[in-house]
Amino acid sequence: MYNYPDSSGHFGQFGGIYMAETLIPAVEELRQQYLRFRDDPEFKAEFAYELKHYVGRPSPIYHAKRLSDSLGGAQIYLKREDLNHTGAHKINNAIGQALLAKRMGKKRVIAETGAGMHGVATATVAARFGMECIVYMGAEDIQRQAPNVFRMKLLGATVVPVESGSKTLKDACNEAIRDWVTNVESTFYIFGTAAGPHPYPMMVRDFQCVIGNEAKVQMPEMIGRQPDVVIACVGGGSNAIGLFHPYIEVPNVQIIGVEAGGFGIASGKHAAPLTANAKVGVLHGNKVNLMQDENGQIIETHSISAGLDYPGVGPEHCLLKEIGRAQYVAINDDEALAAFDSLCRFEGIIPALESSHALAHAIKIAPTMAKDKVLLVNLSGRGDKDMNTVARIKGITL
Amino acid sequence: MSRIQITFDKLKQQQRKALIPFITAGDPSQPLTVPLLHGLVSAGADVLELGVPFSDPMADGPVIQRASERALKNGMSLRGVLGMVAEFRKQDATTPVVLMGYGNPIEAMGWEVFAQRCAEVGVDGVLTVDFPPEESHEAFEHLQRHHIAPIFLLAPTTNEARIQQVAKLARGYVYYVSLKGVTGSGSIDLSAIEDKLPQLRKHIKLPIGVGFGIRDAATAKAVAKLCDGVVVGSRIVQEVENSTEQNVVANVSKLVRELRQAIDQ
Ligand SMILES: Cc1ncc(COP(=O)(O)O)c(C=O)c1O
Repeated sequence: MYNYPDSSGHFGQFGGIYMAETLIPAVEELRQQYLRFRDDPEFKAEFAYELKHYVGRPSPIYHAKRLSDSLGGAQIYLKREDLNHTGAHKINNAIGQALLAKRMGKKRVIAETGAGMHGVATATVAARFGMECIVYMGAEDIQRQAPNVFRMKLLGATVVPVESGSKTLKDACNEAIRDWVTNVESTFYIFGTAAGPHPYPMMVRDFQCVIGNEAKVQMPEMIGRQPDVVIACVGGGSNAIGLFHPYIEVPNVQIIGVEAGGFGIASGKHAAPLTANAKVGVLHGNKVNLMQDENGQIIETHSISAGLDYPGVGPEHCLLKEIGRAQYVAINDDEALAAFDSLCRFEGIIPALESSHALAHAIKIAPTMAKDKVLLVNLSGRGDKDMNTVARIKGITL
Repeated sequence: MSRIQITFDKLKQQQRKALIPFITAGDPSQPLTVPLLHGLVSAGADVLELGVPFSDPMADGPVIQRASERALKNGMSLRGVLGMVAEFRKQDATTPVVLMGYGNPIEAMGWEVFAQRCAEVGVDGVLTVDFPPEESHEAFEHLQRHHIAPIFLLAPTTNEARIQQVAKLARGYVYYVSLKGVTGSGSIDLSAIEDKLPQLRKHIKLPIGVGFGIRDAATAKAVAKLCDGVVVGSRIVQEVENSTEQNVVANVSKLVRELRQAIDQ
């Protein structure tokens, strides 16, 4: 039976709690509190209530029929996480962690953000539960994702620009960790993806599993069976593991994670550690496949989508790749953009650039498959935040 | 007996406390690191903490972050740092050198190769900030085999059970992080240190060094009264940053001499 992580937070050789001593008691407390509340009926009921009435779950599954017909192969279905309140899957996890923070008596929450979706989700739940909220965001991402910065401010959060390193998601993580170490007693770190020190990879996965658990009920209702392939984009890996995990022990369902290929794996300018077989290393509290140079320094990544622009990946994806249960591929910037356009034109849905990577892979393989095959793509977010990026690429000033 | 133990034993006989300065290897330049190390010793340092720069120094404040960036820009690597220790050892066979940094550069080299190289060049201890005891089995095994001391951090948040765990694994000395925060931040609370030390001493039989937030001679003196060694990092790195290549050794030596005098008073 597949049962990870082990009690010390390891997924095989991956995961762990690689943190400075000051924070070890904090992650240990978090682990204990999470294990205590995870199965608490009151906690579960409150989480379910918020997901239903505040987030708007369950999110529907939609048959992208015109798009599928245009490709002439497998049928593409979309799990519509873009329809959630705040426009992405990130809110599922942010609510779960905020409810835990509330029970732990923490009145101050911090978060890192790349695309800004996790920052917005955290700012939203902080407003909802009356908590102070600080969001760390790379200075470059602040440029790329200006609308989300404004949204966070409207929601009452303080957005702190991070100027160090590559000025993107990994540097925002570093800065959030520095805040946490300084304010460890008052502060809950709402981490945005299924990575980081134990228990985060497990906890974020559990909160995001609502995606796959719903899909497992919805697909048989719609088509009388489970899909042949489930596909999701992988930044840190939270939307992907949320869809994948409930399917791990379902036979005959193929699992494909899509990383950001940037300018192409061969160019070295990408954010696809699994596809590129990056060496195993340690960053941000966990041991994972990590983009690094021969001296163990983390290298700068590139992706058109800020939410995928990260040199590591969550430990459970590393394990799923190692044991061969999931496959990981990369989609380049231009392929993601083409998929973005296709979904706009064929279905009237503007996807996030992150989600466009998953979609692009579905578009790539659908024509090679029979018409009765079914691909379920996690449409992890909507594209409103990406208007500036896409306009700039198309040479349009808004 | 290890160089670290000999050093602390001697200090104890003399009823003195250790002064443990930190610099980042390769900052302000690679050729200046070994002269800086010798300068620190001449000015009165007992143990040297040599920072191995890392691209993502999560536990460090802005001063040491900038030092790491400068060092990496200067082409500093873990391999290069080990070479510097070999160079240093040509003229100094007695002062303990402890490498301090993050785990990934060592993971990339491999713990076995790293520990062996440490022994060859004369490194005495290794402090890996993001490797707590729970994740240090492999590191511990290789370092032990080559008689390199694994140095561990303890923090104000560390509870008794963890102190016991660290007591079992630690060799050389133990580094007590005197405040909740990154390096160079805040100011330290002497009475909080005083309150915590008996709990540490109950289990830790090794010398205890205290660091983080020690910025001037007066604080160094007050902290020295409470423990066995005073670690000064950001303040020294700041002096490196504010100096020119011409006067950096002199400026840093002057600062360390002041700290030495204060501690010995
Ligand atoms: C819409 C969307 N999808 C995917 C991601 C990538 O994160 P993860 O891999 O954790 O799902 C992000 C991150 O910002 C996002 O905003």
